[in-house]
Amino acid sequence: MAIKIFKNFFRGIFSKIFGGNNEIKMGFYGPPNAGKTSLANRVCKDWTGEEIGTVSKVPHETRNVQFKEKVEIEYKGRKLMFKMVDTPGIATKIDYEDFLKYKMKKKDAKERAKRATQGIVESIKWLDDMDLVIVVLDATENPYNQVNITIIGNLVARKIPVLIVANKIDLKKANAKKIESAFPEYDVVGISAKNGTNLEEFYESLFKISKKI
Amino acid sequence: MVKKKKRGLGKIKGFSIQFLPYSEIRNLNGDERIRKILNIVLGNNILFLQGRLKPEEEVRLIGDTMAMVEHVKNFKGIELAVISGNGDEGFMDRFRKGLVNFLVKGDLGAITIIGPATIVKEIKRNPKKIELFLNK
Repeated sequence: MAIKIFKNFFRGIFSKIFGGNNEIKMGFYGPPNAGKTSLANRVCKDWTGEEIGTVSKVPHETRNVQFKEKVEIEYKGRKLMFKMVDTPGIATKIDYEDFLKYKMKKKDAKERAKRATQGIVESIKWLDDMDLVIVVLDATENPYNQVNITIIGNLVARKIPVLIVANKIDLKKANAKKIESAFPEYDVVGISAKNGTNLEEFYESLFKISKKI
Repeated sequence: MVKKKKRGLGKIKGFSIQFLPYSEIRNLNGDERIRKILNIVLGNNILFLQGRLKPEEEVRLIGDTMAMVEHVKNFKGIELAVISGNGDEGFMDRFRKGLVNFLVKGDLGAITIIGPATIVKEIKRNPKKIELFLNK
């Protein structure tokens, strides 16, 4: 605790003297197709007018870590500067045959699978560099998935503040309450990144957990 | 012409279930633990490991698995689940559990199930039950 206080104190002094940036590195983590890029796009579009990446119904669309720097977000008169880091979805298995269902050619499916495995390794490497993480979960899926538990467990072990987003609440099957009961110790916000539902609550929670950095 | 035998897992003809007591990995470092686990899984075994890995080892296992998917033919990854207490225990129970975990250097109250994705289709879990679905 004392070390952290000293670290923050000296970091503050050095950044003031040498003009370092005060961007908060905000990572978007979660399983594939949960809507990480959709949410990151929504936030980027709201505050910079630009998107961060492409979205698709085919899993593992994001296969490289994507950034958007200097995203200034304002909530109730308070401003924070973020570096947004959108990461490839983390999974424990990748089968190129799963992509064939989306009418993809075998060669393309194999290439996508290869790039997806590399993307997962890259996502994991970036964990240590985050100041805070938004864990995006699909509210129509079972939250008791080991990948979700492993990601959150790692963030806790690294003392990185976590905000859980239950995405896709616009869908009939969605059950944000199930995610809340699966992770009772964390802030959970139900949103629809696609329709922009409940983003006000998302920003409120984001500013709340930013204080924990 | 002689056909060259392809290296890799090949077609799955069977599998076995292997139980690994925590004492087998207690004195191994993170690298050795993960190597041991992946060797068992690559041998078409479903592993029931007493205890659980540390969070950083779990995530490392996923990373190393992905590296192997790229390099080992027909290996598609793993299915992974950890079964442990539901967190409803009282203070004394948690204290006792914490003390035991500290003394044995691991969480012995948990079971970790790891299987190759070619054999284990899905491990479904909710707070009250866990189901293991195998590929046909």
